[in-house]
Amino acid sequence: MNVLTICRKELSSYFRSPIAYGVMFFFALIAGYFFYIATVSFVTQGLRAAMMGQSQPMDVNEWVVRSLLSNIGVIGLFMTPMITMRLFAEEKRTGTIELLITSPLHDYEIILGKWLAALILYGAMLGVSLINLLTLYLYGKPAWKPMLIGYVGLLLQGGCMLALGSFASACTRNQIVACVAGFGINLLLWVVGWVSSLDSTTLTRTVGYLSIVDHIDSFSKGILDTKDAFFFISMIFLGLFLTGRAMESIRWRA
Amino acid sequence: MIKVEGLTKRYARNVAVDHISFQVEKGQIVGFLGPNGAGKTTTMRMLTCFMPPTDGSAEVAGFDILDNPMEVKKRIGYLPESPPVYPEMEVIEYLNFVGRIKGIPTAGLAKRIDEVMEKCAIADVRRREIGKLSKGYRQRVGLAQAILHNPDVLILDEPTSGLDPHQIMETRDLIRGLSGDHTIILSTHILSEVEATCEHVIIIAKGKLVATDTVANLTSRLHGAEMVSVEVAPRAPGSDGRQFLSQVQQKLEQVAGVSRVLHKESRDSRERFSVESLQGRQIRPELARAVIESGWNLNELRSVGLSLEEIFLQLTAEHKPEEVAAPESAAAPASGGESGEAQ
Repeated sequence: MNVLTICRKELSSYFRSPIAYGVMFFFALIAGYFFYIATVSFVTQGLRAAMMGQSQPMDVNEWVVRSLLSNIGVIGLFMTPMITMRLFAEEKRTGTIELLITSPLHDYEIILGKWLAALILYGAMLGVSLINLLTLYLYGKPAWKPMLIGYVGLLLQGGCMLALGSFASACTRNQIVACVAGFGINLLLWVVGWVSSLDSTTLTRTVGYLSIVDHIDSFSKGILDTKDAFFFISMIFLGLFLTGRAMESIRWRA
Repeated sequence: MIKVEGLTKRYARNVAVDHISFQVEKGQIVGFLGPNGAGKTTTMRMLTCFMPPTDGSAEVAGFDILDNPMEVKKRIGYLPESPPVYPEMEVIEYLNFVGRIKGIPTAGLAKRIDEVMEKCAIADVRRREIGKLSKGYRQRVGLAQAILHNPDVLILDEPTSGLDPHQIMETRDLIRGLSGDHTIILSTHILSEVEATCEHVIIIAKGKLVATDTVANLTSRLHGAEMVSVEVAPRAPGSDGRQFLSQVQQKLEQVAGVSRVLHKESRDSRERFSVESLQGRQIRPELARAVIESGWNLNELRSVGLSLEEIFLQLTAEHKPEEVAAPESAAAPASGGESGEAQ
């Protein structure tokens, strides 16, 4: 109940500030561009294949949906810190955090409410890109299940980046710092997967396992892999747990 | 209603609050007085469960702040120094949000919000964005937020800071109007504020308790005496000013119960004196009689009392809390030894 109250309040302030609109506008623009590129290259490749006499038809899901979904993940890397930067930093700067902490609320209610609001905004943003994919149905019949699974994966990946972004926001009272730190964490977890291409010792495999890109691959392909889902869910828990710790430190240091 | 024992907050390098002990009874308005950086806000933040104390304990409305913070939070209304408002929200929307997180049942919430807006005189701005309100209105919205869930205890941190004189008067009236239903602690570094609004005063400086007492008691106990301002003029003008002055001074000093006579100023052959009485003596009737019987004009005779300003300067300069701590007073320290040990 309290979680929903906090969540509603956060959502209403998202949509009252330019942040929500800015994030969604640029996302729609970039996602639309990626979709356009993917579709055009699919069509030209398809034509070329037909001219060369290939009988096997090309898969729309493989060519358009999968490429768009994995590109959306990259956009999310940039967008999520902008969504989470104000969550706690703003309240700490204006002092409204005192209202929340001195109200009969548990910390987890505040954190979950805020994270949920960020996730809903991220979901709405993803929803905008769905319009692109729906136009595919005008010309063909792409399978909808892999698409759905792809979006579930994006939502999980987004939730994980948002949880880590909340942590960055809870650590500072400066929104810019929160944004930069959140982006830094995201980027690190992105590129950390590259080590696994060096060799395959236990260390590199362990570090590479933390990569939030590698785990989205199965979802983009339309495969619901519980191992990857488990990874994202545990990362979400970790992010929210760290946020809780950071909130506690507000009390001890304030 | 509030019981504080040996409350301490230590930071890495300094001690913000050092073994403070006091009690506040139900329905009292207590002024929490001290210079900037004395530890007022830190103490209030500990009482509101915003931050835990390093040492010591406190009980608010019968619940311990460490063992039962949820119960304490339900019974406390807190207005931090800058009102904790969301500028992008409308007033009514904000109060709705606060009502929900304070756990007010949704059924009676709208009615309660109307009541509180009426009480705080913000009903006319209910649909305005808080960020676009004046400082005075914003402060009152903050106050409305604090009393919304009808808490037993109200903690107000510098409720009048940054307001213009008119708004200060309004806010003080509002706070006085709230006493009785609520136990109120308000912090301030302005002494006249305590004199104007509070019955009791708790003075702290550099994190240490300096004195706790009623405002009236503290004034009389410190000097133990009455301070009277007297203005005397000769009946026939033109006589020797200096001679007149010494005559009057002598006469006043001879009045029974007078301990000290200070000459304040001379203006147009009128002489103004400040007369201090001995402990517990009423000297005004005798002073009046002495002046009249000597054949002079008594222009003014007024009890001035000692201003809190002077008390405060004395107390904070002395820094000997054990000498001024009065166990008989209502707002006395829970244990006299504690505040002494803190030294």
